[in-house]
Amino acid sequence: MAHFTKATSLHDWLNQRMGIDTVRRVMATEYWIPKNINFLWAMGMVLAITFAMLLVSGIFLLMYYQPNVDLAFDSVNYTIMQEVGFGWLWRHIHGVAASVVFLIIYIHMFTGIYYGSYKQGREMIWISGMLLFVAFSAEAFSGYMLPWGQMSYWAGMVITNLFSGGSLHADGLVEWIRGDYVPAQAFLNRFFMLHVLLIPLAILGLIGLHFGALRIPHVNNQDGEEIDFEAEAAKYKAGDKKGSKVIAFVNDFMSKDMMVVGIYLIFFFYLVFYHYDFAMDPVNFDPANGLKTPAHIYPEWYFLWSYEILRPFSTDVGLIAFAFAQVIFVLLPFLDRSPNTIPASRRGLFKYWFWAMLIDMIILTAMGKVPPSGIFSTIGLYAALTFIGLWIALPFITKMEKKA
Amino acid sequence: MKNSSRRGFMGKAFGAVAGVGAVASLYAMKRSWDPLPSVKAAGFTTLDMSAYKENELVTEKWRGKPIFVLKQTADMVAKAKKNPKDMDRLIKIGDAHFMVCVGLCTHLGCIPGYRPETEDFLCACHGGMYDFTAEVTKAPPPRGLDIPPFKIDGNKLVLGEEGPEYKKMLEAGTTLKV
Repeated sequence: MAHFTKATSLHDWLNQRMGIDTVRRVMATEYWIPKNINFLWAMGMVLAITFAMLLVSGIFLLMYYQPNVDLAFDSVNYTIMQEVGFGWLWRHIHGVAASVVFLIIYIHMFTGIYYGSYKQGREMIWISGMLLFVAFSAEAFSGYMLPWGQMSYWAGMVITNLFSGGSLHADGLVEWIRGDYVPAQAFLNRFFMLHVLLIPLAILGLIGLHFGALRIPHVNNQDGEEIDFEAEAAKYKAGDKKGSKVIAFVNDFMSKDMMVVGIYLIFFFYLVFYHYDFAMDPVNFDPANGLKTPAHIYPEWYFLWSYEILRPFSTDVGLIAFAFAQVIFVLLPFLDRSPNTIPASRRGLFKYWFWAMLIDMIILTAMGKVPPSGIFSTIGLYAALTFIGLWIALPFITKMEKKA
Repeated sequence: MKNSSRRGFMGKAFGAVAGVGAVASLYAMKRSWDPLPSVKAAGFTTLDMSAYKENELVTEKWRGKPIFVLKQTADMVAKAKKNPKDMDRLIKIGDAHFMVCVGLCTHLGCIPGYRPETEDFLCACHGGMYDFTAEVTKAPPPRGLDIPPFKIDGNKLVLGEEGPEYKKMLEAGTTLKV
């Protein structure tokens, strides 16, 4: 049996039993972050804080929400919004955070793409990150069902119909997913379960995986420089903090991180208090009605780009294009054939690829919002083809890239 | 040999028990997600076909889905006769012709709107169009609106039961099974 001595303090008592000093060292004070980074490296912490706010606001919403097709709409729009003290606050935090979290995810993703933070040992960080993106998308969709308004119902109808696989006519699969011929009680109940339990559990696990994947390759830096973390850490610990290329996660990096988080939170609560309406579709303030489609169905802004890739084509081609768009980002580390881990600006053709991809996704997002007719239809079609073309071109243009 | 050792045997035996258990629980989970018997049983709707007016779209409800009923005008029937694909889709009850179909776009399930002046359907979601027999005229929908299983019973139409007229439509490929 391990040997225990009489504790001199609560800290010592815990340390003997749990090794809290070791945990603190490994997780915080001796976890090394490069100095050569900028504010974009704070997005991970911004995401963690946003997720925490979703969790806390969700807990309070959960206490009054009723997962029942007859009660759900009023439990949100009447009970939570009007009766529960500060219920509006939790709902607006939850709605705004659900939207803003995707903005930060996209910034986080494109930061990684720009600086090449998915290559040379960092592949698992990228893959676990993309799995998180999928889990967050499922979480956002299942949560969108819960107020049981017109947009909830019809988004549920359209998205579950995707599983019929176009000409495969897997209607049995669609009915199995719904538990009914159309979205109804069984559907609402199971998506409620997914939203409050199964998907959040998966997200927590994936966050652990994402952090774990970061541990050995470490965070990338602004120049993609390969840093000898052990040597630099030794310098830091020997007192040469100025000469060392790294700083400690806590307190050095965290204090800067929290500065960015602070600025973000001011922006975030400005939205929560004064502009929450951008995250609340007016159509969803009509109760669900299975016999009336809203004039114009569109997803939340963060799904518009992939929706627009589905839309200009016939059903089967659209579904294939949509499936392609959903999975292709995961393969980025393997489609980028260049050995260089440097910012896109120093990578020849990849520089143009990066900006073309970013602009194309913004165009797809804009076209997904407008009605599918006339010139918008045409622009959407070409933007969708450009998206696919860029991914097909990626292995070739990166293969041609010279070793920097 | 390691594989034939007692430890190896125990490993395989445990693997077999765990495998059977895993398959069995997956089956139970799959079944728990199936539509309930009560949901499946509530699947019949009877329509009185003498109550409809020509060129006036009425939306009925069957299995939670909207059902379009459109009594055809003489003009429509004349137009449909020129296009056998259209004519096949109509249901004849007495002397009247009816278009009866599930009012969900075959693209992704939105409800198309009927425009009596142009005698056609437009789906606002992705711009699909159908004519007055709900045959598709503009993509993305891959086919005309589906016709629900029906049985003609005098002046009445029972949705959810498969009559001989419906079976003929299925065989001819006029509609898919819904």
